[in-house]
Amino acid sequence: MITHTPQVPSSASVSKLMLHVGYALIPGTAAYVWLFGIGVLIQILLACITAVVTEGIILALRKRPVTQTLADGSALLTAVLLALAISPIAPWWIIVLGTAFAIIFGKQLYGGIGYNPFNPAMLGYVMLLISFPLEMTRWPAAFSLLEQTPTLQTSFDVIFNAGLGVDTVSGATPLDAIKTQLAQGVDISATLISPSYGELFGSLAGVGWEVVSLGFLLGGIYLLLTGRIAWQIPAAMLATLGVLSSIFYLIDSTQYISPLLHLFGGASMLGAFFIATDPVSAATTPRGRIYYGIGIGILTFVIRTWGGYPEGLAFAVLLMNMAAPTIDHYTRPVVFGQSRK
Amino acid sequence: MLAAIITLLTIAVIFGLILGFAAIRFKVDSDPVVDKIDALLPQTQCGQCTFPGCRPYAEAIANGEVEINQCPPGGDATIVALADLLGRDILPLNPENGEVKEEKTVVIIDEEICIGCTLCIQACPVDAILGAAKQMHTVIIDNCTGCDLCIPPCPVDCIYIVPEKTSANQWQWPNPNEVVPATKAEQPS
Amino acid sequence: MTTSLHQVYDFRGGLYLDEHKSISTSTPIEAALIPSILVLPLSQHIGAAAKPCVAVGDSVLKGQLIATADGRVSAPVHASSSGEVIAIEKRHVPHPSQLKAECIIIKTDGRDTVIEQEQTGLSNYHSLRSDELRQRIHDAGIVGLGGAGFPSHIKLKPGGHHVETLILNAAECEPYITCDDMLMREHAPAIINGLRIMQQALHAKHCMIGIEDNKIEAFTALQEAIGNDTDIDIVRVPTRYPAGGERQLIYSLTGKEAPSQGRPLEIGIVCHNVGTALAVNDAITKAEPLVSRVVTLTGSGIPQPRNIHVLLGTPVDDLLKHCHADSDDIGRIMIGGPMMGFVLDSTTAPVTKTTNCVLVTHKRDIQKPETSLPCIRCGDCADVCPVNLLPQQLYWYARSQEFDHVQDYNLFDCIECGCCDVVCPSRIPLVQYFRFAKTTIWQQERDKEKSDKARERHELRLERLEREKREKRERHNRKKAALKKEPDQKDDPKKAAILAAMKRVKEKKSTESVTPGNTDDLSSEQQSKIDAADARRAKNKKDKNGA
Repeated sequence: MITHTPQVPSSASVSKLMLHVGYALIPGTAAYVWLFGIGVLIQILLACITAVVTEGIILALRKRPVTQTLADGSALLTAVLLALAISPIAPWWIIVLGTAFAIIFGKQLYGGIGYNPFNPAMLGYVMLLISFPLEMTRWPAAFSLLEQTPTLQTSFDVIFNAGLGVDTVSGATPLDAIKTQLAQGVDISATLISPSYGELFGSLAGVGWEVVSLGFLLGGIYLLLTGRIAWQIPAAMLATLGVLSSIFYLIDSTQYISPLLHLFGGASMLGAFFIATDPVSAATTPRGRIYYGIGIGILTFVIRTWGGYPEGLAFAVLLMNMAAPTIDHYTRPVVFGQSRK
Repeated sequence: MLAAIITLLTIAVIFGLILGFAAIRFKVDSDPVVDKIDALLPQTQCGQCTFPGCRPYAEAIANGEVEINQCPPGGDATIVALADLLGRDILPLNPENGEVKEEKTVVIIDEEICIGCTLCIQACPVDAILGAAKQMHTVIIDNCTGCDLCIPPCPVDCIYIVPEKTSANQWQWPNPNEVVPATKAEQPS
Repeated sequence: MTTSLHQVYDFRGGLYLDEHKSISTSTPIEAALIPSILVLPLSQHIGAAAKPCVAVGDSVLKGQLIATADGRVSAPVHASSSGEVIAIEKRHVPHPSQLKAECIIIKTDGRDTVIEQEQTGLSNYHSLRSDELRQRIHDAGIVGLGGAGFPSHIKLKPGGHHVETLILNAAECEPYITCDDMLMREHAPAIINGLRIMQQALHAKHCMIGIEDNKIEAFTALQEAIGNDTDIDIVRVPTRYPAGGERQLIYSLTGKEAPSQGRPLEIGIVCHNVGTALAVNDAITKAEPLVSRVVTLTGSGIPQPRNIHVLLGTPVDDLLKHCHADSDDIGRIMIGGPMMGFVLDSTTAPVTKTTNCVLVTHKRDIQKPETSLPCIRCGDCADVCPVNLLPQQLYWYARSQEFDHVQDYNLFDCIECGCCDVVCPSRIPLVQYFRFAKTTIWQQERDKEKSDKARERHELRLERLEREKREKRERHNRKKAALKKEPDQKDDPKKAAILAAMKRVKEKKSTESVTPGNTDDLSSEQQSKIDAADARRAKNKKDKNGA
């Protein structure tokens, strides 16, 4: 019986936030489709359907309002991010399994949006990576590098027909190539100009991949300018990654990947602006977000350089998710009027 | 094999000594648990828990003789607080001991009818009734806990239960978790 | 007088809101109307309610004292117009609880006859000492007119602190409200004079006026009124809500943060509202008590929003009728602004000293109550909080009723400005949670105090019963002991006689034999047995007496 005040018209809403993040993904996704084929769109579609269906079932089981909760768009966003993170030529059951796992174990089990400690998309990704390393590490080559441009039929076959024709479209990713070569004792500089791997590398990073990363960077800047994400996380993460990789690159450029490759290769841009900034699982105090971003940057660099996986972002994000509450606790802002004067 | 046993045994002894030392050296003097329990009880001293006052009830809880859900004036809030303190399960309030009152009440004596028998004074557990034999009795409202123990002994039924006075600056905002939409004018037509 | 050269510090957080102010500033302040009845609550301020000093049936004149202050933190109440006291009873008052409170109800006679005051107005207030000034301000019933209603005479006491700066809060940052703006445009010289009076009462070294930069006419008017007085600086602050919050304004003007659990006086700063300054001026120079104030009547439910000089105690009903607001179209009435005001259910409630605005919203503009989603921890609320709190944490703990943690995160520093509420994407009513937590904590503290007292009284009662038991026992023992003692017979013949009598009774008892029954027809055997027993008894007695 008490009307709540303030009564000021406000346009803030969760679904609006998710929508704008969706808009920001368009440049990167468009580049993806243009350079690597329609596979990624199929994965996105599969993921979205799985996400909505899974969340709807769980909400019904939990006796929560289904339409209202689905309308906030967070499940769809998780689905899209996971679809962008995995290889577009992975079989269909990979994305379905991953998305279902992300929604159930990464989100709904904890109580739905706002209650999950881990980034659901990254949780799904890590589960897939550990359980199905083969399917998860088979990546396509940019169309420009293939002998023939694959047809639409090929894309469908690869995904739905048990990987039929996958060899015609796949290739190593730049980071992957460097790692395997280093393990065999070949220097990076040699890999960059080698006949088998040299052509993978463009001016910034991998051919094709660099444009996709640029696309995500553009989207990220859009989100920053419209105030949809906290600037501290991507800034801290990219700066840390850049600084660390620069230091090591200066020490020995034959053993350590260049900063540009770190920043524009792999999922750095996607991760910095879209994955690490997931508000629910990230740190929430302004200072805390800086430490959180720094932590992700450090861990990504460490895992990429010395770890067993070529891409360390997912693990880095999950590890920092665990640290987020502690970071928040120790970075509480000084309350107005309580400065240590 | 022997070396392993001896090593582990030595480690165990060392840690045991460290722990023992720490238990003595860093011991924190805390209130006995009875005091802590008593601090959570509402001090109405009404006896509805079947104990003669809040302190005996606290002692009984501490000894594990009785459950933590016996106190109607404390209500659910007290049960939850006790459960938190003692690590016991939260139980619903025991309905045998009486119901939770909807609003806080105090008592007043109707001076016209009072005969000055002092029976209510003897019954009041917090001495909130002022009076003497054959003299007027009156309730010190501020000290009345609403236990209603004075009502049965009164031979002339001159004690009435009235709601406790609240003023606007003691009013509480409702819990938004339980709020119903606003005034009629605001209901979407 | 320096103006733009003065440095302005930017307080963090806050929101840029739509102002909605120009709708109510196109016409000058309207003169007061005299309603048919005046409802004057006894508590229009922070502190103890005033005590009535008139009775039902009394005739009162405008400006007459009708209720005296009760204690130090209290303020008197005066009749706003002449008429007859028809009741002293509980009526609806403007309060979020919609509760009723004691009011003095006056039926006006329409003549508005002013009482002749005992003290005359002084144009030369310099002749008064500061405590005399404060006494007059107290007697005039002046309280903070910015909305808080703290008795002003207390806030004009330096109390051992050196007051470096007296700040006049001319910000008026909340949307819709324009009463202070119009006051400044039309009464700037009086306001400045009031400021000077307050400066004298406080022995303040320097004065500053903080005004938002959207109030151009008011700024000009004040500048003219200040003239060449170098003691007063008028500073424009950027228009951003809540620039008019006391602590935020102090920070903007001085760069200093008032201690969070203390008062600005501790850092040598005192802040008063422009309306209060005007009331102080009227009280000292014209000996007029506080009986009216300017109220903004605005919102989509008012055909022509305006500012009215309202007599205190005027029911809101009368104001709405005066503005031709169609009661069928009214969706919601709020007292105060859209951010910090509260909804008023009963329009019979009156305008009081702290009513700065009546905001009426048309039915068509009422939005459906929003359902809130779970908190997504986006942190937007923390970004806009002017006090640098973490509303998301306060919300989590207030919601789960963990009141210890909520205080850990400085709940009581929250000024309930509502910025966090407006930006929340999940549409969570954050301020409601904080208000709920605050009042529940206060109630818990009161309960604890009461239960501590009850425990003490119970223990004292147990001690008293013990003591009484003990004393009774001692008395009993003393009596027993006294009776046991053998008294000196010479000294007390009475006692000796009693003792002798008691001895005789005892002897008689012991010598008296029990008469056996069933003694008829005894056989010789039985008889001989009886004789033997008799002989034994007699022998025993002889032995006993002999020993």
